[in-house]
Amino acid sequence: MAQSKVKPKQSPSTAAFEPWNDPNEKPLIQFKGVTKRFGDFTAIDNLTLDIFEREFFALLGPSGCGKTTMMRMLAGFETPTEGQILLSGRDIGDVPPNKRAVNMMFQSYALFPHLSVWDNIAFGLRREKRDKDSIASRVDEMLRLTRLEKFANRKPHQISGGQRQRVALARSLAKAPKLLLLDEPLGALDRKLREETQFELMDIQETTGTTFVIVTHDQEEAMTVASRVAVMDEGKMVQVATPQTIYEAPNSVYVASFIGDVNLIRGTANLRNVATAAPAAPESESETKPEPVTKIETDEDPRKPQPNDYGKWLHDRLLAPILGQRVDEPKALPAPTKAELAAAAELQAPVDVPEGGLTIDWAENTPALIAANGDPEFDGNEVVLALRPEKMGIAKTKPDAPNVMRGKVIDIAYLGNISTYHVELKTGTMVKAQVANTRRVSRRNITWEDEVWVSFSATAGVVLTE
Amino acid sequence: MRQFSWFNATSLTLGFAFLYLPMIILVIYSFNESRLVTVWAGFSTKWYGELLQNEEFLDAAWVTVKVAFFSSTLATVLGTMAAQVLVRGGRFPGRTLFSGMIYAPLVMPEVITGLSLLLLFIGIGLDRGVLTVVLAHTTFSMCFVSVVVSSRLTSFDRSLEEAALDLGASPFDAFRLVTLPIIAPAVISSWLLAFTLSLDDLVIASFTTGPGATTLPIKVFSAVRLGVSPEINALSTIMIGIVTVGVITASLVSKRTALQQARAEQAAARTA
Repeated sequence: MAQSKVKPKQSPSTAAFEPWNDPNEKPLIQFKGVTKRFGDFTAIDNLTLDIFEREFFALLGPSGCGKTTMMRMLAGFETPTEGQILLSGRDIGDVPPNKRAVNMMFQSYALFPHLSVWDNIAFGLRREKRDKDSIASRVDEMLRLTRLEKFANRKPHQISGGQRQRVALARSLAKAPKLLLLDEPLGALDRKLREETQFELMDIQETTGTTFVIVTHDQEEAMTVASRVAVMDEGKMVQVATPQTIYEAPNSVYVASFIGDVNLIRGTANLRNVATAAPAAPESESETKPEPVTKIETDEDPRKPQPNDYGKWLHDRLLAPILGQRVDEPKALPAPTKAELAAAAELQAPVDVPEGGLTIDWAENTPALIAANGDPEFDGNEVVLALRPEKMGIAKTKPDAPNVMRGKVIDIAYLGNISTYHVELKTGTMVKAQVANTRRVSRRNITWEDEVWVSFSATAGVVLTE
Repeated sequence: MRQFSWFNATSLTLGFAFLYLPMIILVIYSFNESRLVTVWAGFSTKWYGELLQNEEFLDAAWVTVKVAFFSSTLATVLGTMAAQVLVRGGRFPGRTLFSGMIYAPLVMPEVITGLSLLLLFIGIGLDRGVLTVVLAHTTFSMCFVSVVVSSRLTSFDRSLEEAALDLGASPFDAFRLVTLPIIAPAVISSWLLAFTLSLDDLVIASFTTGPGATTLPIKVFSAVRLGVSPEINALSTIMIGIVTVGVITASLVSKRTALQQARAEQAAARTA
């Protein structure tokens, strides 16, 4: 279900927001060859990364991958063992946390239990030795932004978890930092509240124009909120890209399997040329000529009413004199003619499979899979074809698709809006195909132990090497 | 609930008898008419009256309170600082050694602590008096303070201090404005502990005391050597009374705070 919820960022301002592609843009934060060791353990390994102003940057990875260490280095609680961290071009390696224009929202929220909500938010402002009026107006502004006006005088233990989360956010935003760090900010909230809060966070980020760096292990959350996602593993950046790119074009098997669900099909890549593509096409055409067409070979319209003898007698002798002669025409629309059917088939036929790319030999006695988007560089290599389950079709009859695989349904995971079919291929490989439940489950025509065809287009997968 | 068996009842009775019988006897005899401690001759409060006339006892009590107040305050400040450094100070060479050493006076025989302090004071030429007793009491009660405070600091969410630093507070401000208010109950109770320890200390005080600095325990001890007088019983009863009232008040206050907190949290859950 997780991967079905990918929401592309739609607002026009974020669509055009791609400072990482602009060579003239100056990054707000630069990691330059940063390494952090704790004794023998290397938490961050020679990391170089640019984060730009107004970005919502997500650090994603399993626990212990170094994402929290990166965040703590940005906040100033850890100093890099090697390398530099620049904020607006200035090395902040030795600047203590209380002298940085960086604020952090802690995973535990770290609200001061002995202070009211109002005083919690005012804490940072008071340290700046501002005058009372400007503190009061700023705190009230923050309370409005996070819709906490009613709770200003309560203590943290007198408000709910979601409200505490907002207090923590308001407190960390009050000083208008250049950079706000969020350490698993929504981890303590239940699912529904978390989804609402994600959108709130995005709104607040857009309103304030602050750069947000969020640490999370929830990939769905990262995909929802972030302008760019960095996937980390063992102190290294594996891929840094937009959520769409991370999901649709992962650069490694690790990223593909960490983000969402994925089918991995291993095989040998061969350069695909017209010679190999050509025979594949007619074969599939001849085999998959839809059966319904042969059924309508007769010119006689099968839907034309055919009264039996008794009915004919009744009509001629009794009804016709009273009601008039019955017009012997079907009430429904006429059945499509052969020409119309052919035209429709033309339309439905997949747009010509793109040229180029790779074919992948993945099992004996089965046609090679076509990956038109495969990198020709991989010719002859062992490769992995990564396929998202929702890009796979499943059918009882052989569909007209460039790539089809035969298998048996082993398991069906019914998730309400969608169902995931676990299909065991002839080779023993398990693949998952995901189908939206547009019909009621009782009318589902595929069930356990069914022999099915799993299909996908020539560009559905991503060819990766291990 | 499990049945309250005769076995449980017996153990409870024996246990409490063991703990409180001596004190009960002391309290009863403090109201004895007779001068002889072990012979009951009727109810009277005259020994309390005589106690109030006894200048020596009153002086000693005043000295004891002064010593206890100053030594416990000093010990609380130093012990809290030590706990803060040992729990929060990060890694520094010899940290484990220091943490171990701060607990050593807890198990050190008092006679040795007293003797070594006496030798030190003689060595540096410090005249023995109220000051030396205060210093000696500070020394041994400081480690109790640091044990109590550091156990509170260990269970204290580190990110609260980090949040204060992150919001621009200097390390001292972070301690003053965030850490201290939160660990205040532990600091107060360690102050009370240090105060009581100082009140009833006899051994170390007698090693380090000098002219004009006779504390109540020393006074009582020397008086008892000349024979137990009902006056001392009366004095002890007063002390027991003070301690009882203190303990009951403290537990009532903490219970009420907990109750208020629980009620506030319930209210929050309802509005959420």
